[in-house]
Amino acid sequence: MVESVPADDTATAAEAKAAWRREKRLKRFDTPWMNPKLLTGAGIILGILFFGLIGRILWNPDLVFIGSAPLNLPPLGFENLRGEGGSISHPLGTQSSGRDLLALLIVGAPNTLFIGVIASLIGMAFGILLGFSAGFIGGRTDDVIRVIADVMITIPPLMVLIVFQTSIGEVGILMMGVLLSGFMWQSPTRLIRAQVLSMRESGYVRMARLSGASTFDIMFKEMLPNLVPYLFGSFIAIVTTAIVTAVGLETLGLGPQRVPTLGRVIYEAIDSAALLQNMWWWWGLPTLLLAIMFIGLLLINLGLDEVSNPKLRKV
Amino acid sequence: MAGASKTGIPLKYLANRLLTFFLTVLIAATVIWIIPRLSPVDPAEAMLGRMASGAGFVENADQILADLRTRFGLDEPLWKQYFTYLRNLLVFDFGVSVANFPTPVSQMLAAALPWTLGLMIFSVIIAFVIGNAAGAYMAWQETPKVWKVAIPAAMIFTSIPPILSGLLLMWLFSAQLQWFPLTGSYGLFVTPGWNWEFIFSVIEHGTLPALSIVVVTFGFWALGMRGLMTTVQSEDYVQLARAKGLRPRYILYRYMVRNAILPQVTAFALKIGLLVTGQILVERIFSYNGMGKLIYDAILNQDFAVIQGASYIVILMTAASVLIVDLIYPFIDPRIRHGGNN
Repeated sequence: MVESVPADDTATAAEAKAAWRREKRLKRFDTPWMNPKLLTGAGIILGILFFGLIGRILWNPDLVFIGSAPLNLPPLGFENLRGEGGSISHPLGTQSSGRDLLALLIVGAPNTLFIGVIASLIGMAFGILLGFSAGFIGGRTDDVIRVIADVMITIPPLMVLIVFQTSIGEVGILMMGVLLSGFMWQSPTRLIRAQVLSMRESGYVRMARLSGASTFDIMFKEMLPNLVPYLFGSFIAIVTTAIVTAVGLETLGLGPQRVPTLGRVIYEAIDSAALLQNMWWWWGLPTLLLAIMFIGLLLINLGLDEVSNPKLRKV
Repeated sequence: MAGASKTGIPLKYLANRLLTFFLTVLIAATVIWIIPRLSPVDPAEAMLGRMASGAGFVENADQILADLRTRFGLDEPLWKQYFTYLRNLLVFDFGVSVANFPTPVSQMLAAALPWTLGLMIFSVIIAFVIGNAAGAYMAWQETPKVWKVAIPAAMIFTSIPPILSGLLLMWLFSAQLQWFPLTGSYGLFVTPGWNWEFIFSVIEHGTLPALSIVVVTFGFWALGMRGLMTTVQSEDYVQLARAKGLRPRYILYRYMVRNAILPQVTAFALKIGLLVTGQILVERIFSYNGMGKLIYDAILNQDFAVIQGASYIVILMTAASVLIVDLIYPFIDPRIRHGGNN
């Protein structure tokens, strides 16, 4: 009897612990935000950011300057057309004006991401403002915003930006983001407007209206939190579009020219016939990094789809 | 309401779409006109600078400058310039190229446009067919396991812009394996015309650019199609068809795909702008004779009239495709009746 009590005690304790663990695990799987696609995608993007930040400390970012390294060196373990082998001091090789590829990637990748994020943050802010105004206020406001968004969504950003940059001249990273943001607000505006329209007559919004909440409060304190998964999804989608457009401009030789971006590196590679000289590392490595970046963004987007659309989760 | 669907497109819807189309073109044209006016560079002086760099020095520079200003209409008030510009756009008159003086820009555009359109129609149709087929097979129950793994794996390319896939394909098939020519849209030694040699050369040069677009766009259609197929699959009429014992393949094509494909057409209208500009960048990489190369050369030469004209044409093309898709949609899907809103 005396002995059995503590045994019983530990048994129940262990049981309780197991139950608690099971519950915790169930809860963890119940959070749609923890789905593997979203986590992998976020991991990739954070990895690229980390690569850019840590790289600046561990590697010498000054090697992006022209003539700071030997010319046309292949990556470590490969040979270029002149039969030179790679060296440990430039592990990813160098290009034809003596810039170190690793340094270019370290400095260029965060710049490329930064352009996309700036453009999308500004675009998103306008999208939220306009989408809510259109959906919630309605009437004439809605008509004007809807028509402008519909009209602007068909204008290809690349063409207008080509005109802009060829006539006004060179831009910096920040300016590039601001310019791109002019084309990034349309799709969030349309999406948010549609969502707000469908939510406007729902119970809790009516409740808030009845209890005398101000329009601003209803819009941003009641409705906005419900839109968070959509907003994230839309944000990632426009980040992707912005980066694609920026890389497009850069491969045409436009865009920021004094700071390295991944697109700019590719432009210089094509322009110097790196393909013919078989300098695959010059255009291939930035291409690969961009591809990884886009795959990461795609995975985040697919993961967010699962968050906002529960039907997809079981499939 | 029922009457409206029989007579085709209701007038109100048509008017609405046409208005959006004209507004799009007008706003885009205006933006393209305003931006260069903000620039500190004077096109007449730029032109004179080009002459001076060719000849060493220019006599009567002031006289020529004034002449050029009159010729470009730069001495007139701004509003008058704007309306002249709009009137000229209607007849596709974009002025003359500065780099290839005095070739009219419209002539250069007319030479480049068939290449771009040909490549685009070709690659877009292939991507649409492959993508929708892949999406349908992904969702279909009878699909072999191999395909269920292979198709999603191929879709990783969806997220990559076509310039990157173009570079990879170009390196692999042109530079390394040398199966396809590196650049250009037809061989150096063939004469353009309706002869087999030329047609073969065009196909040979067009394969890689088209492929690089198809590889990255088919996944978009496949993803959409898969989603639509999974909803169609559980519909009653599909269950009934199965219960009747119809062949699975017959059900797939006649019952499922035909219903699932409709929203894909709408998605097409939204996607077309990105497709066009993506292709222009591919053309630039492959030095394909279309708009992409024209634009790139114009950027290098600071040939502003060409850039303006080409941008206008691309924007017009995009807006027109959206309009066309919107207008043919009711004919593809008879259930859609165009009421007032969307």
